[in-house]
Amino acid sequence: MSDITKLTAFDALEGLKKKEFTAVELTEAYVRNMENGRHYNAYITECADKAINQAKEADKRYADGTARALEGLPLGIKDLFCTKDIRTTAASHILDNFIPPYESTVTQHLLNDGAVFLGKLNLDEFAMGGSNETSYFGPVINPWSKDKDLVPGGSSGGSAAAVAAHLCAASTGTDTGGSIREPAAFCGVTGIKPTYGRCSRYGIVAFASSLDQAGPIAQDVRDCAMLLNSMAGFDDKDSTSCNLTVPDYTSFLNGDIKGLVVGLPKEYRPEGLNAEVAAYWDKAAEMLKARGAIVKEISLPHTKYALATYYVLAPAEASSNLARYDGIRYGYRAEAQGEHLDELYIRSRTEGFGKEVKRRIMIGTYVLSAGYYDAYYLKAQKMRRLIYNDFMEAFKQCDIILTPTSPITAFPIGDESMLQNPINMYLNDVFTVSVNLAGLPAMSLPIGLAQNGLPLGMQLIGKPFDEGTVFNIAAKLEADAKFERK
Amino acid sequence: MAIDNETVKRVAFLSRLRVENDKIEATKEEFNKILTWIEELNEINTDNVEPLIAVNDMPLRMRKDEVTAGHCREDILKNAPAAEYDYFAVPKVVE
Repeated sequence: MSDITKLTAFDALEGLKKKEFTAVELTEAYVRNMENGRHYNAYITECADKAINQAKEADKRYADGTARALEGLPLGIKDLFCTKDIRTTAASHILDNFIPPYESTVTQHLLNDGAVFLGKLNLDEFAMGGSNETSYFGPVINPWSKDKDLVPGGSSGGSAAAVAAHLCAASTGTDTGGSIREPAAFCGVTGIKPTYGRCSRYGIVAFASSLDQAGPIAQDVRDCAMLLNSMAGFDDKDSTSCNLTVPDYTSFLNGDIKGLVVGLPKEYRPEGLNAEVAAYWDKAAEMLKARGAIVKEISLPHTKYALATYYVLAPAEASSNLARYDGIRYGYRAEAQGEHLDELYIRSRTEGFGKEVKRRIMIGTYVLSAGYYDAYYLKAQKMRRLIYNDFMEAFKQCDIILTPTSPITAFPIGDESMLQNPINMYLNDVFTVSVNLAGLPAMSLPIGLAQNGLPLGMQLIGKPFDEGTVFNIAAKLEADAKFERK
Repeated sequence: MAIDNETVKRVAFLSRLRVENDKIEATKEEFNKILTWIEELNEINTDNVEPLIAVNDMPLRMRKDEVTAGHCREDILKNAPAAEYDYFAVPKVVE
C-alpha cells in the first residue's frame, strides 16, 4: 500500500470507513513518522501509547458501527490547549511540569468526535512570536528547508510543520495576530482562524483574550472545514463564546462564486512589496475572476496603524493574563526563595519566562500603568475601533477580501535582523493582525512557490461568522492553484 | 515619551520581574524604540472615537451562583510546587 500518512484527513477517514486500513495501522504509521522526524522538533510531548489505545477504541467502533465523525483520525495538538493528564507547557519553562486536571473545550470536542491525539506540538513561548524561536524547547525546523534550517513561522510552528511533514493528519492551532495563518503560509499548508467567538477559549492558555482564537491547520481546505465542524460551537464556559448555530462547513466547498465580490485592499500593496508576492496576489485574483467573481479595489485606510495598535493591546492583555504565574499554585517555583513573598514571585517569574515573554509583559505593564493608560492603551482601543470600522465599510462593497498572508517566505533560524530588532520580527504580521483586531475569520492557503523554492500563502478574510464564503472561495482557489504539497 | 532607567526599574517591579543592572540601559533603549514606533498612532485624531473593547457586541451572560467544578482539591494540588495539609504552601512571610 502507498504511504497512508500522505493522505488528507478526509481520505484517511474514507480509508478507515472502507476498512482499507485500521485506525491502529494509521496511528502506528504516524508514530513511525514522528520517530523519524524528531529532527524537526515539532513535538514537545509525544503520546504514542495513549494514541494507540485510542486507535484500538476507534477500530472497535468501526467494527460495531458506532464510528463518529473523526473516528481514529490522528491529530497533533498545539501545546497551548490543556489536555487532561497530558503535560501542557505553552512552550515555557514556567509550565514545563504542568499536567492539567481538565480538558480544553476544543480538544474535548475533537475527542468526542473520535479523534486520536498523537502528542503536543511546539510553539513560540505562550504563543508570543512569529518564528517559533522563542520556545523553551528550541525552534521547530521548517520541512521545506534545504541547505539552511528555516523557521516554520509562528506561533503555531509545530502545528504547521507537523502537517507539512506528515507527523499528524492535521493539527490544532491558535491565532492571536497571525499565529495559524503565517506558519501555514511558511510551511505550505492550510489553516483558518475562525471568527472571534466561534471556538471556545476555555482551557487554552491565555495570551491576549480579546484576540485569541483556535482553529485547524491541515493539508487542504476540505480538511479544515471538516475539523472546524468539530472544534467550533457555543460553550457556556467561555463568556465570549457566541451562541450561534455552526453550519456544516463542508457544505460550502462546492458553492458557486459567480457574482461574488472580492476586495483587494490597496493599502496591502505598499511601495516595495515583494514582486513575487504581488504577482501571486494578482494571479489569485485572476483565477477568481475567471470563475465569475468580481474583483475590485477597496480601501482599509487605517491598515498602517494595525501593527502598533496590536503591539499595545496584545502585550497589555498578556501582562494581565500572565500575572497568574507566581510560583505558588502551579508551574515553576524558584529554588532560592528570598526573604519576602515578592522575592519568590520575582525569582520564579524571572527564571521561568523567556526573553520575548518578559519583554511583552513589561511593555504591557507600562502601557497599562498609571499616567500612561490613556496615552497608549485607551488610544490603541480607539484605533482598534477605526480598524474595525474600515472592515465594516469595506464589506458594504465586497463579500470577501483577498490579500497575501505574509510579505516574505520562511527565513533562516537565527536571522540577525529579526533578532537584533524585535520590530523587524513584528513587521511580518503586517497582513494578519488587522483581522484579529476586527475579530474576523481568515484563512491562509498555499498559492505557489517563490523563486527560492519556498511556499507563499494567500489570505481570504470573511465577514463576521461567514466562514462559509471563505471556504467556498478558498476551495476554488485551491483547485486552480494546484499547489503540490510536500 | 521616552522612558528613563528609573522607569525601567519601576516597570520591572510592577511586572514582578528582575532586570539585571547591566541590562537596564539596553532594556531602556529597546523600550524606547518600541514606544517611539507605537507613537505613530498619534498621527490620527481619536478624540471622538469610542474605544473598542469587544468585537462581538453582546451582553455578558448571567449564570446561577453555584459551584460548577468543585471537589477536586487533590487534582488541583498535584500541580502545586509545594503543598501541605491540603493547602498550597509558601515560605514563611509573617514574622
